[in-house]
Amino acid sequence: MADFFYNTYLGIGLLTVGQVLLLVVPLLLALAFLMYADRKIWAAVMMRRGPNVVGVFGLLQSFADFLKYIVKEVVVPAGADKGVFFLAPMISFVMAMIAWAVIPFNEGWILSDINVAILYVFAVSSLEVYGVIMGGWASNSKYPFLGSLRSAAQMISYEVSIGLIIIGVILSTGSMNFSSIVAAQDGDWGLFNWYFLPHFPMLILFFISALAETNRPPFDLPEAESELVAGYQVEYSSTPFLLFMIGELVAVVLMCALVSLMFFGGWLSPVPFLPDGFFWMFIKMLMVFFMFAMVKAITPRYRYDQLMRLGWKVFLPFSLFWVVFVAFAAKFDWFWGIYARWTVGG
Amino acid sequence: MTVFSFYLFAISVITGGLFTVISRNPVHSVLWLILSFLSAAGLFVLLGAEFVAMLLVIVYVGAVAVLFLFVVMMLDVDFAELKAEMARYMPLALLIGLVILMQFVMAFGAWEQSAAAESLRANAIDPARFNTEALGLLLYDRYFLLFQLAGLILLVAMIGAIVLTLRHRKDVKRQDVVAQMMRDPAKAMELRDVKSGQGL
Repeated sequence: MADFFYNTYLGIGLLTVGQVLLLVVPLLLALAFLMYADRKIWAAVMMRRGPNVVGVFGLLQSFADFLKYIVKEVVVPAGADKGVFFLAPMISFVMAMIAWAVIPFNEGWILSDINVAILYVFAVSSLEVYGVIMGGWASNSKYPFLGSLRSAAQMISYEVSIGLIIIGVILSTGSMNFSSIVAAQDGDWGLFNWYFLPHFPMLILFFISALAETNRPPFDLPEAESELVAGYQVEYSSTPFLLFMIGELVAVVLMCALVSLMFFGGWLSPVPFLPDGFFWMFIKMLMVFFMFAMVKAITPRYRYDQLMRLGWKVFLPFSLFWVVFVAFAAKFDWFWGIYARWTVGG
Repeated sequence: MTVFSFYLFAISVITGGLFTVISRNPVHSVLWLILSFLSAAGLFVLLGAEFVAMLLVIVYVGAVAVLFLFVVMMLDVDFAELKAEMARYMPLALLIGLVILMQFVMAFGAWEQSAAAESLRANAIDPARFNTEALGLLLYDRYFLLFQLAGLILLVAMIGAIVLTLRHRKDVKRQDVVAQMMRDPAKAMELRDVKSGQGL
């Protein structure tokens, strides 16, 4: 039996499909409840009750929404470029999903443990912009087109600073593998070994850039409802719209996983006497997601020129300076070597 | 499996390139070009050059092609005129293509490899090192000067592009960020203490 799964093409194929399902099914299930949590938090801040009808406390709201989305009619605009129109939501969804292949949830709980994992995630998340651009263009309509133009400029601008922040973490670790990045944050002092202390300014910059990269408020300019109705999503209905929405939320959860892995030690326990494990990773992702939801509720939307100024004139110089600083600090062992963590685990 | 993947990616590169040229819609052309880039990245992965593959995706697909798409989407191209232009320049294009093809044939026909180059190509990377590490050692150690020069050339190109396109417009109202942040909140808004759970 083991021979069949490890040595024949069919066996390896089945094994891979099984592993993928083991990752994707819990992820999508968790997503349904995260979407519910997002709406509940938002409602609580605004002193509304939020979804509370379907199931106990409205817990099954996302499933009801899901059913509604898939049984509705798909409406295609007459002037739309049909191929690209349907390709766009699929790209948005697939690109958000495939990034999870290299995200570890625990020691060894990973689909594909590649050396350039963090670059892979960065590359895939930079491809997500295509779903938005193609969707906006293929709709052949003014608001979606404006939305997609905005999003193209926005995502490229913030990708630059995300890349530089990632370089800082790579410099400290000496590796681009997530398992090594987490291992390098291990130590005797529990949570004080994690990167959020030495890389604290970058944690904030990364969080804000992640908001911009995933088109979340206050940077949801591509879909600003007061200006562009719903931006690139205007002409989408039914399942294609659902794919866009899921893709966007999966990208947000991916950013939560990235923040926990890069700055909060992934599955490491915050105190030395408790065991490490998946539980900690889960808790950390939930806490970052809570922050995402809160930001959505409490911040007003940025203006477009403010967004561009923040990206190019504030984040880019600062993260560039930080890369140089980390390089020096790691090379010459400044600050008791907290920037040169490759001696620990990497 | 590797052979199968190679042919898959290779066919995909060629198809992408072909449709880039023959697509009637320029946006479709760029999308086919992106397919071509991605498949080329797949070929790099098959060669074991994972770092180069990821850089190809990040730089070309993630940034350059987005800007291509950005520009092409805004262009209002007249296809009939484009077609007429193409027919006019077809003989010249064919001639240039033929010359380049002949150059390739002559170059590769007379190609001789020294034994040292052969062995270097067979074991380009020390198997004990990761691909990224090996590239870094080469770039920042042996070819440091060339690497810096390439960076300098790019910097000059960047400054040139900015100088050519930057124009200061006097008739546009701009927000002075410092002045905005130095505003006195007391004059701009009213603060109220709100009891938790009640709102205004």
